[in-house]
Amino acid sequence: MAVCVAVIAKENYPLYIRSSPTENELKFHYMVHTSLDVVDEKISAMGKALVDQRELYLGLLYPTEDHKVYPSYLLCRYGYVTNSKVKFVMVVDSSNTALRDNEIRSMFRKLHSSYTDVMCNPFYNPGDRIQSRAFDSMVTSMMVQVC
Amino acid sequence: MEGLTLSDAEQKYYSDLFSYCDIESTKKVAANGRVLELFRAAQLPNDVVLQIMELCGATRLGYFGRSQFYIALKLVAVAQSGFPLRVESINTVKDLPLPRFVASKNEQESRHAASYSSDSENQGSYSGVIPPPPGRGQAKKGSVSHDTVQPRTSTDQQEPASPVVSPQQSPPNSPHTWRKHSRHPSGGNSERPLAGPGPFWSPFGEAQSGSAAADAVWSGHSPPPPPPQETWVSFADTPPTSTLLTMHPASVQDQTTVRTVASATTANEIRRQSSSYDDPWKITDEQRQYYVNQFKTIQPDLNGFIPGSAAKEFFTKSKLPILELSHIWELSDFDKDGALTLDEFCAAFHLVVARKNGYDLPEKLPESLMPKLIDLEDSADVGDQPGEVGYSGSPAEAPPSKSPSMPSLNQTWPELNQSSEQWETFSERSSSSQTLTQFDSNIAPADPDTAIVHPVPIRMTPSKIHMQEMELKRTGSDHTNPTSPLLVKPSDLSEESKINSSVKFASGNTVADGYSSSDSFTSDPEQIGNNVTHQRSHSGTSPDNTAPPPPPPRPQPSHSRSSSLDMNRTFAVTTGQQQAGVVAHPPAVPPRPQPSQAPGPVVHRPVDADGLITHTSTSPQQIPEQPNFADFSQFEVFAASNVNEEQDDEAEKHPEVLPVEKASDSASSLRVAKTDSKIEEKTAASVPANVSKGTTPLAPPPKPVRRRLKSEDELKPEVDEHTQKTGVLAAVLASQPSIPRSVGKDKKAIQASIRRNKETNTVLARLNSELQQQLKDVLEERISLEVQLEQLRPFSHL
Repeated sequence: MAVCVAVIAKENYPLYIRSSPTENELKFHYMVHTSLDVVDEKISAMGKALVDQRELYLGLLYPTEDHKVYPSYLLCRYGYVTNSKVKFVMVVDSSNTALRDNEIRSMFRKLHSSYTDVMCNPFYNPGDRIQSRAFDSMVTSMMVQVC
Repeated sequence: MEGLTLSDAEQKYYSDLFSYCDIESTKKVAANGRVLELFRAAQLPNDVVLQIMELCGATRLGYFGRSQFYIALKLVAVAQSGFPLRVESINTVKDLPLPRFVASKNEQESRHAASYSSDSENQGSYSGVIPPPPGRGQAKKGSVSHDTVQPRTSTDQQEPASPVVSPQQSPPNSPHTWRKHSRHPSGGNSERPLAGPGPFWSPFGEAQSGSAAADAVWSGHSPPPPPPQETWVSFADTPPTSTLLTMHPASVQDQTTVRTVASATTANEIRRQSSSYDDPWKITDEQRQYYVNQFKTIQPDLNGFIPGSAAKEFFTKSKLPILELSHIWELSDFDKDGALTLDEFCAAFHLVVARKNGYDLPEKLPESLMPKLIDLEDSADVGDQPGEVGYSGSPAEAPPSKSPSMPSLNQTWPELNQSSEQWETFSERSSSSQTLTQFDSNIAPADPDTAIVHPVPIRMTPSKIHMQEMELKRTGSDHTNPTSPLLVKPSDLSEESKINSSVKFASGNTVADGYSSSDSFTSDPEQIGNNVTHQRSHSGTSPDNTAPPPPPPRPQPSHSRSSSLDMNRTFAVTTGQQQAGVVAHPPAVPPRPQPSQAPGPVVHRPVDADGLITHTSTSPQQIPEQPNFADFSQFEVFAASNVNEEQDDEAEKHPEVLPVEKASDSASSLRVAKTDSKIEEKTAASVPANVSKGTTPLAPPPKPVRRRLKSEDELKPEVDEHTQKTGVLAAVLASQPSIPRSVGKDKKAIQASIRRNKETNTVLARLNSELQQQLKDVLEERISLEVQLEQLRPFSHL
């Protein structure tokens, strides 16, 4: 049900960003970008080191807002940050079914694990765009789950 | 142009190519378009192409004359061989392989395909696809010769027939790609263009054993597996040797379209269609042997791992694009541990070889390449993953995708020497996995929390532990959702879904067990236990986390069974406060313990304290005990009974107490206030007394009463120790009650009130504990439900 998934590097440039509706991709990019501010805010608010995974999950970043273009799109942004300050931002459309918090967490967990798999690949240079097929397929599965 | 000497083969080849490009049949000028297309097919970087064009003089002339074309071709060959482009090199480079053109020569390809397809063997194999360079001298089949004219029609026919077959999965249909060129039918066709048949033919090659090795495959490598190549060569006896590889430009592929031009590649693998094999991904014995040898060069221990960096260097030598190598790594690193085992290495190597030969990389690791090859047992597989996890410090995930039941790849396995080693490896792994699993299973029962959860009855120790942990948990965690940490933690610890699920189930089980008991404590202990469980199971690297929280010392926190405990607590609490009071009290109050103790856990300080009026000052805090006055009568009754009991139980001071009580009875409400305070003090004093006694609070009221008496008795001595009143006490004790009578009354009242207070305390404490237990039960139920939901959820949204 994710409408858009983005992986942002520590320096706040996107490593991977993908939206499911191909149109309005720019809008999603923009949303993700604005979410970064909220993420940073939460990170700084945390203070101490985030070790616990519970704290990795930042939750709803921003109050839902209506998607202007698409009717009845309720978009929620969720954030998640890893210990290495790599951020995952996910925009979900909760118009169909309200995604439970745990579902979001599990989606982030999957993202995180796929991301670590990508990292494990010695041919991947950190900082490159993520071009792993496995990662792509995992994100696709998340994005077409329901819609 | 500099004199260009071409060998016969080259001459022929070039002329064919020229003819191909010479669409206008001018015999003089090669069409630029075609030439460019050809050069693109050579898969050289653009700048190299430009350089070539410049060198050959075409840019000067503006067109490709025959000589320019020939020079250009020669330069292409030079470039593909890895030599620097220089004009002199045209003639100086000896034994230059023929330039390879990967792309597009549809006609050629089709032609070849056609010719090959005719071979029965070609069916289902690449060989047909291999469009031998036109007119390759060495080509055995004469059919190859015509390059240029291509019966596109025949091509069409051919295409379907030929290629593609090979690797079941991706090697896509070359025909498609070819078609694409010729008629752009499918354009983006889909299938990953398998790019051509793949076999790289060594330039000089005949499908001879030695020829393959012509070019250094990977710089630095030992000669490309000539032996293996030969076997591969056996695919079909299609001509091969030409160096011209027409492969599909990978353009269709999303991945690299750039096939490494390095001549090395050609030498490498001559893969003829595996007509004899249905599965082109199978690794032949020779191949495997070669791989193993290569593995040894990096990692002498066949059971060991090749670290990612070393593997990266090694495979980079193959000159495949990084993206493809990355994909190959993804496919072959089965356990995602960042290192390659022998099997993984062989799979990766095989994929590289395949890729170089033009096979497209599959989306999924072909079955024949799965590391399972070596695993003959599922347990080994299972063990493999966790074992790997254990090996690598990184958060390795056991690949969930691994399909355990992969039928062991027959092939070379049993034949290889390493088989035994591999088996050993796996057995080790399996054992480790078993260890892990056992560990997991052991965790739950070992966890005191879960163990405690089961029994409904309140156990002192366990409950205490639970409660403490609960408190710890509460203080430590900020989660609102009790299940979230439950879920989150496991995932946090292990990213492998399989393990996750197993752990969850384990935790769920433990939780469920806890739920079964009505008295289970709240989710917190559960979570703690579960978390600990998860941690234990998954984090081999964090043994600290795994250690269960040390059982909280048997403190006296609120305890369910508590009446006496509460008393203890109360006592303990008041002890500190009361010490002073106690000390102050020393009054020569006869130990009037029994009466006061009767009903509730009122522990009375030895009457000593009551005797002193001055105590009031010390116990202002306890003044509100007055209501207890009314109970005096009850106390008295109780006292009597208690006294009796006491007498039975103990000797010594009891008789003295008795008279004291009696005296107190008579005294009744005198100095109520004082008595109250005194009683309170007594209570306080008694508390410490009990505490000091260490009376186990388990005793029901009567017992505590007794205990209290005892404690009071003990208190007396303590008091004696502490105060100068000891003498008084002793005197009181020794003497008969007459003196303390009045004092006794007060004391009695106080004691009664104290007793009452203690009773109420006890009752309230019990109530509290009961409520707490109920709360725990409910929380546990909630957790269990959430766990169940969580377990079910993966099926819903995955």
